Amino acid sequence: MAGGTAGTLIGARTPRVEDARLLRGGGRFLDDIVVPGALEAVFFRSPVAHGLIRKIDVAAARALPDVRAVLTYDDLRPLLTSDRISLALPAAGIRFNVDPFVLARKEVCYAGEPIALIVATSRRVAEDAAGLIEIDIEPLPAVGDPVAGLDPGSPKARLDCPDNFVAKTGVDYGDIDHAFAAAAHVLRERFRLGKGGGFSIEPRGVVARYDPLEDRLTVWDSTQMPHRARAVLATCLGLSEQQTRVVAPDVGGGFGPKAVFHPEELAIPAAAMLLKQPVKWVEDRFESFTATVAERDQDWDMEAAFDAEGRLLGIRGRLCYDHGASTPYGIALPFNASTNMIGPYILPAFRVSIELCLTNKTPAAPTRGAGRPQGAYVMERLLDAMARKLGVPRDEIRRRNLIPADRMPYPIPVKQRDGSLMTYDSGDYPECQRRALAAAGWRDFPARQAAALREGRHIGLGLCNYVEGTGRGPFESASVRVNPSGQIVVTTGATAQGQGVHTMLAQIVGGELGVAPETILVQSGDTQTSPLGLGAFASRQAVTAGNAAKAAAVLVARKAKAAAAHLLEASPDDLELVDGAVRVRGVPGHRKTLTEIARSLAGAAGFSLPGGMAPGLAAASDFLTAGLTYTNGTHLAEVEVDHETGAVKILRYVVVHDCGTMINPMMVEGQIAGGVVHGIGMTLFEWMRYDEMAQPLTATFVDYLLPTSDVAPRIEIHHMESPTPLNPLGVKGAAESGVIGAPATIVSAIEDALAPFNVVIRDLPLTPAKLRALVRAGTKR
Amino acid sequence: MSDPREIALVVNDVRHARVVESRVNLADFLRHELGLFGTHVGCEHGVCGACTVLVDGASVRSCLMLAVQAGGKNVETIEGVAAADGASHPVQAALAKHHGLQCGYCTPGVVMTLIELGRENIGKPLGEAEIRHALSGNLCRCTGYQGIVDAGLDVFGAPADKGSET
Ligand code: FES
Ligand code: FES
Repeated sequence: MAGGTAGTLIGARTPRVEDARLLRGGGRFLDDIVVPGALEAVFFRSPVAHGLIRKIDVAAARALPDVRAVLTYDDLRPLLTSDRISLALPAAGIRFNVDPFVLARKEVCYAGEPIALIVATSRRVAEDAAGLIEIDIEPLPAVGDPVAGLDPGSPKARLDCPDNFVAKTGVDYGDIDHAFAAAAHVLRERFRLGKGGGFSIEPRGVVARYDPLEDRLTVWDSTQMPHRARAVLATCLGLSEQQTRVVAPDVGGGFGPKAVFHPEELAIPAAAMLLKQPVKWVEDRFESFTATVAERDQDWDMEAAFDAEGRLLGIRGRLCYDHGASTPYGIALPFNASTNMIGPYILPAFRVSIELCLTNKTPAAPTRGAGRPQGAYVMERLLDAMARKLGVPRDEIRRRNLIPADRMPYPIPVKQRDGSLMTYDSGDYPECQRRALAAAGWRDFPARQAAALREGRHIGLGLCNYVEGTGRGPFESASVRVNPSGQIVVTTGATAQGQGVHTMLAQIVGGELGVAPETILVQSGDTQTSPLGLGAFASRQAVTAGNAAKAAAVLVARKAKAAAAHLLEASPDDLELVDGAVRVRGVPGHRKTLTEIARSLAGAAGFSLPGGMAPGLAAASDFLTAGLTYTNGTHLAEVEVDHETGAVKILRYVVVHDCGTMINPMMVEGQIAGGVVHGIGMTLFEWMRYDEMAQPLTATFVDYLLPTSDVAPRIEIHHMESPTPLNPLGVKGAAESGVIGAPATIVSAIEDALAPFNVVIRDLPLTPAKLRALVRAGTKR
Repeated sequence: MSDPREIALVVNDVRHARVVESRVNLADFLRHELGLFGTHVGCEHGVCGACTVLVDGASVRSCLMLAVQAGGKNVETIEGVAAADGASHPVQAALAKHHGLQCGYCTPGVVMTLIELGRENIGKPLGEAEIRHALSGNLCRCTGYQGIVDAGLDVFGAPADKGSET
């Protein structure tokens, strides 16, 4: 792609700068990192969900040839500054922080909890040794259900906590009692919503090397948040930030779990320091089911109050969340779920109490969507129930409740994490729904449905409106430097797991500097090149890093012009930056390339810099957010349901989407399509099951089903662009939006298809067996 | 357990002779013995397809085949797909054009699966359903498959389907 006049690349379907390498097998993922002399590690993990370690015998494992060490908690504790890994994110409402141990000390609280670390010359030998460890665990009663776990008589999920009620929070605004007293109608529904793991196709992994000569620790970590990992490592190991470098190499998908600091990320560096040799650990898929954080069940018991026309007056209820065995990432997820429940609708009063229960399952943390799909699902199910009760069409009940465009910006009396009020900044929600209905043929559908029914086919159409708060702060960093060689380097604290972060930044910077994006080198995920950063979560990087890179590039362009004004003896006002060179307007030959300018700003011994300017053609910028910016969308799905087998086929899927100004529509569409299919998985396929002892029953991709290409539909995507006033680019995030709308849309469509059987769907996931049971329970009209 | 054996095989037109433990699978052998890191490992139980390579022209999950079983055979991996002069294979070019990859972890397996599909159907245009069926053994968590399917249609579809939204 050619360069061009500055600022022209926003909105271009620029080919990705990442692809050439990745398409030829040239990616460098965690397991591709070869550190000379590295040992390989395997974890020995708890086989039970809850118990006390009576005795562990590692002698036979240690004696195996080529085994270098078998380490338990007591071996690693001397290297650590505290008993537990201090991870607590600040949170109001948390009753006690439950930070994990690097390896289990005495009590094991979930099947898969790491107990010992075997380090050997190869992974195969380490696995052989793991099989020789003998352990005696006294079983303790396990807590598997979050609702039952809050009963006063419940067993304790952890003996080191007073009870299982780990946190209480909630949302409360408006006069909820009045809303219910004045309502023409009230309805109550209960939902049990599962959501599985992130399941990036690349599992997690860590390589650590301690260099005694420089007293420095380098950790390669398949993380979304290397800066947080560095902070935790430095604190736990008693190192300074300067001694601790964390590098996220190519990361094969994140989706949330890789944002969480797991015990292995400390155990491996500690082992490398103890053994004075590099150590590598790569998770296997069984571990990604049992040891990697995932989302867990939400139990919603909700009541809606509405007037005779179907306008919402208030919603109240309780949300109980299964938090697993510890709190590695705060308690924001159910809060997100409840605030996102409000969605694009006018909700005058809202009270939800949120109760988080510890259970004996792998700790819970957000996966793509982070509670929002469940919140949107509950609201949309309530709206469909209201529509049924009043005999109002589903699109009409929504129309009566949608926030009109002329009320933007629209504040909601809910305080965010940063203390600000939740405020929708821009968008036209009714128009979004209108376009989606038109695109999917909503009006003609009843005729098509009736025709299909005459052939014995049950088809249905469903819809969902939703918003997503994106671009969470407080900041992200970026710098732009033109080296004297002419190479343009962008560094950022943002991190890449496939979103196209490098393309996005190269496109913004290339646009400002008039150079082709593929010539720009973007460095991300390295705490050494970017001392400050937050990383990938909450659909934030286009908003935060994108605007930081834009600001830095604008400063570089300005400095290039100022320097060129001296070199060309021209007024800065007469200069323009085109094709990577500053030239005098109307005199294209009279120019200085960015390379030439960078060279003169690099300085030469004893000579003065042009115009006495500061050296270097570079600038850095941190973008500070001014609150979340809200993406919105409407999804429609047409499905065909086989009422005898419970099979669901998605015939059509339409998305109308508004994430403000799009930097690269091709990549936005990629995010939406990937998110929708993730949401389809959550709705119909992905189900992490446990037995009553909290023992995982689904620990392979044979038992836990990810959506495949033959069940994923084609996703038709239409864009609206309502630029946000909250940042100079006008952009909003797009990475999680797809998953939010899918469950509610598909379930609404299935209910529509099965209307002759009076099927009402509440719980997720909806497997064929569960759907068959609902058909049997319904009565054929 | 170690039971080392000698094997000789051809990988991307280069002959290799090595001594390997008989329990080492082909994926680990390619990656850690030959340094061909483009073949990825996503599950080690034959479901995700990230490790797909071609052995004597047929797609194989290299996590499920032992290296010794590949002795005497001809193996093709992602590193050998582009032309000798560096030009991309049409499948590679189409995946970039249609945004058929995001993190790129599943991509080598996807490329090998599509190449096999093309070779089995020379001269026969393929429809979207056939391409989706062929790819159903390659898990991708990023793309929702849309860009991958569009790339397949672009290369192997009937002229009317190429690059269009069917
Ligand atoms: S790694 Fe071989 S199929 Fe997943
Ligand atoms: S591109 Fe990430 S798994 Fe396919």
